[in-house]
Amino acid sequence: MEYVFEINGGDFSSGGNASSTIKRALKERNVDPLVIKRIVVALFEAEINVVAHADHGTITVIIEEHQVQMFVKDFGPGIEDIELAMSEGYSTASDTVREMGFGAGMGLPNIKKNADVFEIESVKGLGTNAHIIIYLKND
Amino acid sequence: MKLSEIVRELNLKVESIANQDATIISAYASDLLSDVMGNAKAGQIWITMQTHKNVAAIASLKDIQAVVIINNGTPEKDMVMHAKNENVAVLITDLPCYEFCAALHKLINCEI
Repeated sequence: MEYVFEINGGDFSSGGNASSTIKRALKERNVDPLVIKRIVVALFEAEINVVAHADHGTITVIIEEHQVQMFVKDFGPGIEDIELAMSEGYSTASDTVREMGFGAGMGLPNIKKNADVFEIESVKGLGTNAHIIIYLKND
Repeated sequence: MKLSEIVRELNLKVESIANQDATIISAYASDLLSDVMGNAKAGQIWITMQTHKNVAAIASLKDIQAVVIINNGTPEKDMVMHAKNENVAVLITDLPCYEFCAALHKLINCEI
């Protein structure tokens, strides 16, 4: 099953819609609640990253028999130093975003912590692509 | 302790009620949303000063029973609406964070 979500930069009120839809779909499939939690955390952080940093983007979620794949593609400023962006506490979020409680520099680390596979590439001035895989069985 | 008893004992203002009979054994206090996303646990109460819609979305995603807004804060309308739809209680205390946490801790632990 494939889901495609269009995300607009700055549209915080829609942040969480994709995670919410996927959470429901996984519950209906009786996926292990602990695995659902990991998927939801990773997907939510990915959504918020697009909303907080990019002009716009697309998140494609593919639910397969043994895994969930998430492809996050955004058009925006890109990430200059991915290694730095992956370190906890580092953020380039605006003051407005920080006042909302985002931009704590925990987004990418949260994705990495919860993903079985996490690949990210970015071109400065163009945008960022991320690929996240989480296996549905814990073993 | 049941959520409804916590509401009564700590004199909380109710913006949106849900999960009244849920048993609460712990809480998470934070204003950083990724911190809550990463570390809060299902069934907890979330104590925060954040009042926007994403708070309700995160509470729902994390299966949090209730959000308590400290310092008599006012939740935004779309936060309350979203919380109602997602079955998350929204409660308000006039206490600051530390004082509320201490009162809640005392209340829950006295019972155990």
